[in-house]
Amino acid sequence: MRISKSFLFWCVAPAFLLFLVFMIYPTISVFVMSLYKWGGYSAAKTFVGLNNFRTLIEDTRFIGSFRNSVILLVIVSVITLILALWCANVLTHEKIKAKSLFRVIFYIPNILSAVVIAAIFSAIYDPSRGLANSVLGLMGIEPVMWLGNRGIVIYSIAIAMIWQATGYYMVMYMSSMSAVPYSLYEAADIEGASGTSKFFSITLPLIWTNVRTTLTFFIISSINISFLLVRAMTGGGPDGASEVFLSYMYEQSYTNSSYGYGMAIGVVVFVFSFALSALVNIATRRDIVEL
Amino acid sequence: MKLYRIFIYTAIILLAVSVAVPVLWVFMASLKQNPEFYESPWKLPDGLYLKNFVDAWKDAHMGSYFLNSVIVTVMAIAILLAVSLPCAYVLSRFSFKGRGIIKTFFMGGLFINVSYIVVPIFLMLVGLNRSLQVTFFLNNHFVLALVYASTALPFTIYLLQSYFATLPRAYEEAAYVDGCSPFRTMLQIMVPMARPSIITVILFNFLSFWNEYIIALTFMTNDVMKTLPVGLMNLMKAQNAAAQYGKMYAGLVIVMLPTLILYIFVQKKLTEGMTIGGIKG
Repeated sequence: MRISKSFLFWCVAPAFLLFLVFMIYPTISVFVMSLYKWGGYSAAKTFVGLNNFRTLIEDTRFIGSFRNSVILLVIVSVITLILALWCANVLTHEKIKAKSLFRVIFYIPNILSAVVIAAIFSAIYDPSRGLANSVLGLMGIEPVMWLGNRGIVIYSIAIAMIWQATGYYMVMYMSSMSAVPYSLYEAADIEGASGTSKFFSITLPLIWTNVRTTLTFFIISSINISFLLVRAMTGGGPDGASEVFLSYMYEQSYTNSSYGYGMAIGVVVFVFSFALSALVNIATRRDIVEL
Repeated sequence: MKLYRIFIYTAIILLAVSVAVPVLWVFMASLKQNPEFYESPWKLPDGLYLKNFVDAWKDAHMGSYFLNSVIVTVMAIAILLAVSLPCAYVLSRFSFKGRGIIKTFFMGGLFINVSYIVVPIFLMLVGLNRSLQVTFFLNNHFVLALVYASTALPFTIYLLQSYFATLPRAYEEAAYVDGCSPFRTMLQIMVPMARPSIITVILFNFLSFWNEYIIALTFMTNDVMKTLPVGLMNLMKAQNAAAQYGKMYAGLVIVMLPTLILYIFVQKKLTEGMTIGGIKG
């Protein structure tokens, strides 16, 4: 079958052009701009080499945002992973009524906008009219300033992120768990294995490839979602206490109009998340169990 | 053993409740009058105070933001399908010079997170405006839709391409023997056959375009051009200052209702499609 070159060209060109203009070019310019001092609106760009990065190391606010991002990454990933694995395991292997109803409910947060989630949790965390303090009140605990307390705010955001993410990973794990052959569990039953030992010696090894993939998702999406939520929920406040990687980048770029500096932050975050993904990938490498 | 089952049920129900209650609570709060917000947050609304929705729709302009969101989402999906279908089709069915490189580029695009490149895209548009002496590139629904479609390309092409690859070759050969042009073969034979994957693509991208706010917030500085999520952010700020809570909750319902309704109809397709795509924005 002979196909003309021009047909091929006109099919691929529009998509590839858009992709180059709106994704590849901006990505390259993040790296290039990180080497300049630039206010953005004026044409005056000065090449400063790695100066932006030198400033970055001593910027206490950047270090604070780094700290917050890492706290969120660790807490959210660990708790979400455990919750999602547990729920997926229960919904796949236990005899539970209305399984699909549970699946449908757990997935709901995934279809909501980050702004909607931010608004819902801002309302829940409201000091006087929110659900959170009223639940604490029932247990006789003093009201908490969920978003107003510098020491607590980052954990309040972590809760919202876990609420958002668990259902997504649960559905992913459920689909890989349902591919594990049932005969293995029957054999384990004959041997008298407990539910826990079945999970750790059959289920987990067999879905390990899938779990590893999601670890990379955890890193990428936690950096992204934390930005979207912080931006809409606290704006980095109170007093910078909930600033995360990308929210600080955004703030430096817009509010402070130091685009070059903002892009240097972007580069650091990009390299950090890439290196961390690679590291996690190597650390979790196991011999793949095949049947 | 019995105790264990009770524990499992309690735990999973508790988790499901903690996911569902916040959403249901918003619906409930959207029907309350202002004084009711000073009572217990658990109290059911006294009546169906629908004026909140009228206020949000009219006074807070959520109605016109809704229209903006519909325009942008529809345009973005149309552009996306128009450019990604031919591209995915050709990339998956024909071998030609440069195909490998183009495929690798698109695959690499899967790792580019939009949040990183909002700023450079914005600066590029500002630069275009300045050098061409126009204001066309910002506060423009078409440009916003174009950017949405472009950033969705890697995922969409990846998904469509893997579906096209599964279709049998016999159809194209038959069409070729009958003298059908490649363009018509693609449009009238192959694209209709890819319908399941196209539906998945539309669903996922509808959700991400409808819910997106950081690009819209950055590009749409003019109030009348804003999309729903950005409008909701305005409402969030305003309610704290003016103590008009009902309006904010009504706005919240307006933003999430379309996605919830869609979800009720297609939840199976969504949770299945996710395991094919396996990518999260």
